[in-house]
Amino acid sequence: MKKILTASAIILLVCLGLYWGAQKLDSSSGGSASSKKDLIIYNWGDYIDPDLITKFEKKTGYHVIYETFDSNEAMYTKIKQGGTSYDIAVPSDYMITKLRKDNLLEKIDTSKLSNFKYIGKQFLHKSFDVKNEYSVPYFWGTLGIVYNDRYVKPGEIKKWDDLWKKKYRDQILLVDSARDMMGVALISLGYSVNDTNSKHLAQAKAKLDKLGQNVKAIVADELKMYMVQNEAWIGVTYSGEAATMMSENSHIHYYVPSEGSNLWFDNIVIPKTAKNKKAAYEFINFMLEAKNAAQNAEYIGYATPNLAAQKILPKSVRNDKQFYPPMSTLKNLEVYEDLPSSKVQEYNDLFLEFKMYARN
Amino acid sequence: MRKKQSFFLLPYLLWIILFVIAPMVLIVGYSLTNSQGHFSLQNFTLFFSKGTFIGMMLNSFWYALLITFFCLLISYPAALALTRLKNQQFWLMLVILPTWINLLLKAYAFIGIFSRDGMVNQFLHLFGLGPAEIMFTDFAFIFVATYIEIPFMIMPIYNSLKEIDPALISASSDLGANFWQTFRYVIWPLSWPGVESGIQAIFIPSLSLFMLTRLIGGNRVITLGTAVEEYFLTTMNWNMGSTIGVILIVLMTIVMVLTSRKQHKKEIKL
Repeated sequence: MKKILTASAIILLVCLGLYWGAQKLDSSSGGSASSKKDLIIYNWGDYIDPDLITKFEKKTGYHVIYETFDSNEAMYTKIKQGGTSYDIAVPSDYMITKLRKDNLLEKIDTSKLSNFKYIGKQFLHKSFDVKNEYSVPYFWGTLGIVYNDRYVKPGEIKKWDDLWKKKYRDQILLVDSARDMMGVALISLGYSVNDTNSKHLAQAKAKLDKLGQNVKAIVADELKMYMVQNEAWIGVTYSGEAATMMSENSHIHYYVPSEGSNLWFDNIVIPKTAKNKKAAYEFINFMLEAKNAAQNAEYIGYATPNLAAQKILPKSVRNDKQFYPPMSTLKNLEVYEDLPSSKVQEYNDLFLEFKMYARN
Repeated sequence: MRKKQSFFLLPYLLWIILFVIAPMVLIVGYSLTNSQGHFSLQNFTLFFSKGTFIGMMLNSFWYALLITFFCLLISYPAALALTRLKNQQFWLMLVILPTWINLLLKAYAFIGIFSRDGMVNQFLHLFGLGPAEIMFTDFAFIFVATYIEIPFMIMPIYNSLKEIDPALISASSDLGANFWQTFRYVIWPLSWPGVESGIQAIFIPSLSLFMLTRLIGGNRVITLGTAVEEYFLTTMNWNMGSTIGVILIVLMTIVMVLTSRKQHKKEIKL
């Protein structure tokens, strides 16, 4: 009898304990006991040169607490739940829209940032932050084609339509993302990546179906590994991923078709939860300094929107058309807009249907 | 006394309510509401009116069937052989050992084995055979799934074979039955409960495999599990995801009922 009672009590206690533990974990991150000397940064894993943090701490005397996330959604949840006090976060474009709509962002007064002028005009006033009141560009990149020059000659692929060529049968890896792959089909048909016309979407899906024969697999992060191991000739993925692959296999190249593609941004924002706005401003301005932005870009390997920094970067990096596409391409690139959930569903349903019947 | 007995059930009941009943109620609840939270059957009508979902369901069934079939094909003789070995505990240990290794690790290992420069192709190369495309094929998917599930089939079959009184087999051969007749009329029927629970242990989880479909099948094999993952994580349409979940539960119940029709346990003592 007593044992039974104890056992039930233990189950209940474990439940309570887990609940309490989860709460505790949620609130402890972001340091609830932050002092005026702390700056809490919430960023993607391995997305800043650690030397820069040390340099910032030495220069300003602030103590930096650096926390990381691995998806925009995870970051969103943490900021929304509260109990955190992040002073700086680095969400991607569409997530900025979402955070802004949910009133979770502080306005950023760019006139207080003396180095803001270095940011290229073409990287400002994008659809996710039209007036540039909430975010400062950190890195940007594209969606494009990676290929292995052992099998595909450079210059062989010039436009998205080339992927449909018969000779690439069973040699293309696609990234498992409805928005990106439907986007590729939409662009190849001459539509926008943000098209919401159901007729156009159906056309895009039909076009994707025709690509089915050339598709070897539809994968996620493994795409990098397969390309590096020469498993496939061609892959459709992001410039950031491409940079990693190229550093591991010199046969791999990256190309953004000039007709258009997705342009993505990771921007610095100040969440409403910020406790130390002064430090946040100082940090943003510090990262915008040409020398620091250049150092960071060299460390990460992504493209920097900081024009002054671009000038300092080694010529081989700065003139690399793979990551800094020419203006003629750049002007055709589009940022993903935040679509209504019914449309997101439509994109995903069509893509799921494509995956279903992609087998040859 | 009665009262006391039911009291002993309390911890178990609590567990069942918190972690079995409550989640089920939530899933059914979600499946019967639309995105505004109103009661509606639209998710179910959508499921059955759309060819994609029906196709996915048949796909799931077909692959689960194949995986179960190959598991049984390998496991039954293996279990039978196991019962005749010395050091059975040691051999059993070897069968169970792979289940201690994380599923993902095993999947990644197979990527290394099957890939273009992998072990299989290097072996083929020795005989001058060209690199074969093994990754992302039906063969690779079913092979890996079968490999992973086999211990769960061998164990119950082995246990039920062990329970057969050896005297029965001696009796059968004394009465003039050859090996096949003994197998057909004595061993197989008596080991059926083990086969049955083996089938249930494999067929049911195989219906909703999703990690392997992407890692080994390269998303060329799409099952209902893939759809559940997509609805919950990508589009956050929990209602439709739950509907697919409910349909999976119903499918699994059907399988359970079908495989355990003959519940009266055969027990023969000499």
